[in-house]
Amino acid sequence: MTSDFLLSLAQAVTKGLLTGMVYGLMALGLSVIFGVMRVVNFAHGEIMVVGMYLAWMGFEYLQVSPMLSLPVIAALFFVAGYALQSTLISPFIGRPEHQQFLLLLAVAILLVNGCLAIAGPDSRSVQMDSQFDSYELGPLVFDAVRLHAALAAVAIAGLLWLFFTRTRTGKSIRAAADNNMGALVVGLDVRRLYAFTFGVGAACVGAAGALMITIIPVTPFLAAEYTLLAFVIVIVGGLGSMTGALMGGLLIGVSEAVAGLLLQPSLKSMVSFGILILVLLLRPQGLFGKSGT
Amino acid sequence: MSGARLELAGVGKNFRGLRAVHDVSFSVPAGAIHALIGPNGAGKTTIFNMIAGVYVPDAGAVTLDGRKISGLRPDRVCDAGVGRTFQIVKPFKGLSVLENVTVGALHQRPDLTEARDAAASLLAQLGLHDRRHQLAENLTLPDRKKLEVARALATGPRLLLLDEVMAGLRPTEIDVMVAFLRDLNARTGLTILLIEHVMRAVMALAREVVVVSYGEKIAEGTPQEISRHQAVLDVYLGEQEAS
Amino acid sequence: MKFGRRLTDGVPSRALWGLGVLLLALLVAPALLGKYGLSVLILVLYFAFVGQAWNIMMGFAGQLSLGHALYAGLGGYVAAGLFFHYGLGPWAGVFVAVAAAAAAGAIVGYLGFRFSLAGVYFALLTIAFSEFTRLAFDHWEWAGGSGGLFLKVDATVDVWNLRGGPLLFYYLILALAVGAFILCRALLESRLGRYWLAIREDAEAAQAVGVPVLRCKMIAVVISASLTALAGVWNAFYYNNLFPETAFAMGRSIEITLAPIIGGLGTLFGPVVGAVVLTGLGEAFTDASEYFHIPGMKQIFYGLALLVIVIYRPAGVWPWLADKLGIGERRP
Repeated sequence: MTSDFLLSLAQAVTKGLLTGMVYGLMALGLSVIFGVMRVVNFAHGEIMVVGMYLAWMGFEYLQVSPMLSLPVIAALFFVAGYALQSTLISPFIGRPEHQQFLLLLAVAILLVNGCLAIAGPDSRSVQMDSQFDSYELGPLVFDAVRLHAALAAVAIAGLLWLFFTRTRTGKSIRAAADNNMGALVVGLDVRRLYAFTFGVGAACVGAAGALMITIIPVTPFLAAEYTLLAFVIVIVGGLGSMTGALMGGLLIGVSEAVAGLLLQPSLKSMVSFGILILVLLLRPQGLFGKSGT
Repeated sequence: MSGARLELAGVGKNFRGLRAVHDVSFSVPAGAIHALIGPNGAGKTTIFNMIAGVYVPDAGAVTLDGRKISGLRPDRVCDAGVGRTFQIVKPFKGLSVLENVTVGALHQRPDLTEARDAAASLLAQLGLHDRRHQLAENLTLPDRKKLEVARALATGPRLLLLDEVMAGLRPTEIDVMVAFLRDLNARTGLTILLIEHVMRAVMALAREVVVVSYGEKIAEGTPQEISRHQAVLDVYLGEQEAS
Repeated sequence: MKFGRRLTDGVPSRALWGLGVLLLALLVAPALLGKYGLSVLILVLYFAFVGQAWNIMMGFAGQLSLGHALYAGLGGYVAAGLFFHYGLGPWAGVFVAVAAAAAAGAIVGYLGFRFSLAGVYFALLTIAFSEFTRLAFDHWEWAGGSGGLFLKVDATVDVWNLRGGPLLFYYLILALAVGAFILCRALLESRLGRYWLAIREDAEAAQAVGVPVLRCKMIAVVISASLTALAGVWNAFYYNNLFPETAFAMGRSIEITLAPIIGGLGTLFGPVVGAVVLTGLGEAFTDASEYFHIPGMKQIFYGLALLVIVIYRPAGVWPWLADKLGIGERRP
């Protein structure tokens, strides 16, 4: 009895960790954008859902695996994010929060209803060849699809880490995130940097979308939920902190999976929101955020 | 309305282990004008913030007419009779000049019309009357400084803390402000403590000067005494050479 | 009378006449409008009312709440639940409903303000509480769970139990909207109102001139939540059904914020003008999109309209409109 329970608990934690890695990648995009521009991307989940749909279309109409269309989607999203920032969002940097909120809300409405208009309200999923494969490690079973998605998410996060630590642009973005006045003083081209950052953020979440569609079917109505989920993760991890976003993703992934096991599955987000409230009140800088910033 | 006596006894404050202010004691008698001077980063504004209730001192106490005010919230300190200006001015940008001062005047007059009248008369005294319907965000820096003073005065304080209100003013404007403060002090007996870099204003206004450096009081005396004080000269000449 | 003079002090007589004519027109409107027209006007008044309520918190006191569905939902559920389970009429139940929402507002506000969460962080806290409550109601049997709570639809008009047709609800929401308008004007022209504006502009400077910041913010949340709860009660009895998925939805919270943001934050007419614009656009787009037969078309139009408004009139439609008409609402 207890060993059965422990096993299913371990199984749930494993599943949560794997999903959490994809969550982390999604949240990373939000965190990067906020960290640098202090703009809260209220269209984040919507952007991800667009990524999910693109990956689904590639699979459905061109028979391309989401894993293969991922780089293309990420590149497209980078360009789109760059363009979105340099045209629409740029004038709103430094404006009152409610104006940024309204702008991104309008973008979100357009994106999600664009998906609805093109793909309809039905739930769409990708049936991969490896759909029912699994790996076993001792008594634990890993879904192949979920494992692949998680590994890909980790790999992309690793690439991002290299980008942020090894390249000049990446270092400038980090500098801007740490101290946006500092970047101004050093004389970086802030507008270009912002556009680049939004591009990177959008590419992250687009890639996360391509991975997510292999795990979960997509509907337009998921978008708002993902926006909220991304908020929960980055606040818990620490808004603006990249490690925080990844660790927050893992934490929320695990808490959802465990809550789904111990309570009712429909209560899983209640636990996430509970965690969010506690973190906001007790450690608003997030579990991995620097204090005093 | 008359002035109150301010006393700081062994006041200290640390930020994350960094000693910002250490064991500072001085007093300003009721109705006097004193100045607090020192190089940048000496802890002057920290001392103001401890008097005004923004920071709670880690050591010592601040009293106003013998009543302890350190540890009170800023609005309670205002209730106790302390008005303050901010070094980096903080106007209510989206409100008109008149309404900025009205907010201060409401502190003692709950009625909006009465408060507005009191505010208008203060603005006239400070030469901002013509601009009373402008939005505060459209004021020039010197006018914003005057607005800070008007708003703080509107609360009817017995002690006024002025944080570098002369900075950015032209010499003629400094003379006008000095004349205004001196007249105000003579008429009402309001106690004034000012942080000031403009020595011309310090010399003209202050009966006594307290000098702080690296968070500690290094000298105290009349402006004449201070200008001959060796430690002060060292600190200031050092700074001037550096800057 | 002194109170009345205070309210109209400094308002040009032209504007007062205009308001009088508008009120008169709204009073006789049901006689002139068809069923459809009345339903649209009801929507306008509803959004004007909740917008006014939300505006107290954001437009006046500068606290961004994106979780106002919490107060509307609680208000609606408490009044409807008491009526459904115990037959307690809404005129009595509304007091409990408002008290519940005010308490919720006080809790969210106190936690947020006490721990000095500002801007986006505070907004996320309000969202979190609203979502948390939505999920809790999903699993709460008394409130009908995710299956919803239904009030019996009755053809007979029974004012004491808020049973009746659109006309009853029209006059109710009109009274609420007018009441909120007058209340907001009175608040704005009071010491409290000026303190709110000061806090909105700069809380630290406000506190330095003696404004008890925490207390003022708390009063703003409690008033705002209470008014929003009234809208929730009205909503529950007008539509006769409640679902956690809609009553506490993030979309409901956002809907509440739109009229004042689009109309002009912190102004009295902003929520009203915003409600007219939004409802008007919504109805126009419903008609237009029927032509296309594409799902989501209406929302796409709506999103485009929001985009255009926020790009070209970021401070809202009303301040610009008032300037054009030469009846600028005097800035405090």
